[in-house]
Amino acid sequence: MTGMNDVPNLSPGPEVGPPTTAPAPEVETPAMAPASEVKAPATAPAKLILNLEQKVSVRNLKFYYGPSLALKNISLPLYANKVTAFIGPSGCGKSTLLRVLNRMYDLYPNQKAEGEVLLDGVNILRPEEDLNLLRARVGMVFQKPTPFPMSIHDNIAFGIKLYEKLPKSELDDRVEAALKRAALWGEVKDKLNASGLSLSGGQQQRLCIARTVALRPEVILLDEPCSALDPISTAKIEETIDELKENYTIAIVTHNMQQAARVSEHTAFMYLGELIEFGVTAQIFTSPEKKQTQNYITGRFG
Amino acid sequence: MAIYDSRRRRSKFYLGLCYASVIIGLGWLALILGTLLYEGFRGLTPAVFAQMTPPPGSNGGLLNAITGSLIMTFLGVAIGTPLGMLAGTYMAEYGRYSKLTFFVRFINDILLSAPSIVIGLFIYEVMVARMGHFSALAGAAALSVIVIPVVVRTTEDMLLLVPDTLREAARALGLPRSIVIGKVAYRAARAGLVTGVLLAIARISGETAPLLFTALNNQFFSTNLNAPMSSLPAVIFQFALSPYKEWQQLAWTGALLITLAVLALSITARALQTQRPAK
Repeated sequence: MTGMNDVPNLSPGPEVGPPTTAPAPEVETPAMAPASEVKAPATAPAKLILNLEQKVSVRNLKFYYGPSLALKNISLPLYANKVTAFIGPSGCGKSTLLRVLNRMYDLYPNQKAEGEVLLDGVNILRPEEDLNLLRARVGMVFQKPTPFPMSIHDNIAFGIKLYEKLPKSELDDRVEAALKRAALWGEVKDKLNASGLSLSGGQQQRLCIARTVALRPEVILLDEPCSALDPISTAKIEETIDELKENYTIAIVTHNMQQAARVSEHTAFMYLGELIEFGVTAQIFTSPEKKQTQNYITGRFG
Repeated sequence: MAIYDSRRRRSKFYLGLCYASVIIGLGWLALILGTLLYEGFRGLTPAVFAQMTPPPGSNGGLLNAITGSLIMTFLGVAIGTPLGMLAGTYMAEYGRYSKLTFFVRFINDILLSAPSIVIGLFIYEVMVARMGHFSALAGAAALSVIVIPVVVRTTEDMLLLVPDTLREAARALGLPRSIVIGKVAYRAARAGLVTGVLLAIARISGETAPLLFTALNNQFFSTNLNAPMSSLPAVIFQFALSPYKEWQQLAWTGALLITLAVLALSITARALQTQRPAK
């Protein structure tokens, strides 16, 4: 998305933006075109988040695994060029929600979503949505690193080649750019032809991020991307996330609350398939409105 | 103490039984292989690869039988592998939740253990009887019917070993299903798929019964697919039962060649399988 350099003022919440965020005066955001018509849903505290473009907006989403209801009427926004964290105990529906946003659930029978998920104002749950194009726009990185059984270079070039016919030099540039974005270039630039499986777990995960970024998606979904990684790799991936949000809208599911606090601008707390609270991260972690949120972040349950 | 002693005695007794059965089992194998190597190598001369099967009482080789075996095995694998791979791919990728898959898997398991003589008779009925003569083509068809269930089974098993997370990751990039299967799943399962084909080759290279009913035998060199063709198993069968010394020697040598080929295939398959990364 373009024109998102202006920094909106998040009124009551303390400043939680990236280091570059100087407390700017209230700015009108002209680039809000299609999504600006989409008002923040009732459950999202509109008073906290003004003038942010909603890249994705989930409205009254219900999700079924067979007969069982896994998401109960979820409504929330993902703001453009921000990181939104989803926290909550296992089985609360965080990952399920993420898998709705790129319709990953469609791979399996007996899984069904009801409601609306608007991406730039268009409902992606409609049956005629082209899922391959949608998934190219909404990339996803999984909990376990999943490099393809091919070279590092091909892991990234593979996806690009499917959508664009590029001369080799340009393709190589794209691969390099993607690896740089994922902070992996320095470590692999001399062994691009080595198998992706030969990398360490943290490197593999960054390779997967690079692979996703290489397709130039608009939204990136991260499903517990660091849960299988050591702290150093985790730190690197968090740095990567911080850089990526300049260009992408990011949603991250995490079990690590410090991580949610570190990387995200907004946090959604979910419990038993319900969205309990959504708001500015700093506020969720310092003065949550709901008792359940308070209990969870202080470690009283979950 | 008495209980402990009796337990020790029992343990020794059963351990002794285990050793005995291992020795008996391996002993026979060693005897068979030893005899085969001794008798086979004795007749292993360049002439075996250069001359045709001889008439009784004269010297000759196995060239026509070796060529025939290679041709029919190749054709059998060439027909059976694509069919088996496609069916296995359907079962593991597209039809994982369909009733058809359960049905096909059930039938395939029956086919997998069907006696090969039945398969030979079947092809005799549908091909040889209708064409009016034995042919290499019918032989290859019979072999391919043996190949198909082996390849179906290994293809399905190996593709199911590819973690779904890998498929999801590929689909999450917006790759269509066909490409995910062709470029990601096949690649991840490659060693296993090749192993399946190798095992199928090993399985058919010693088959005799289906060939006797279909390709019969031919004492001359022939590459005509529409005519009877010689093969190592058929020659071994005929020569081993004959009263002629030279024929019996050639049967031993032919048996050795098949054994060595199957051994090489099995070792290659095993090596490929252990090479496969754990995930």
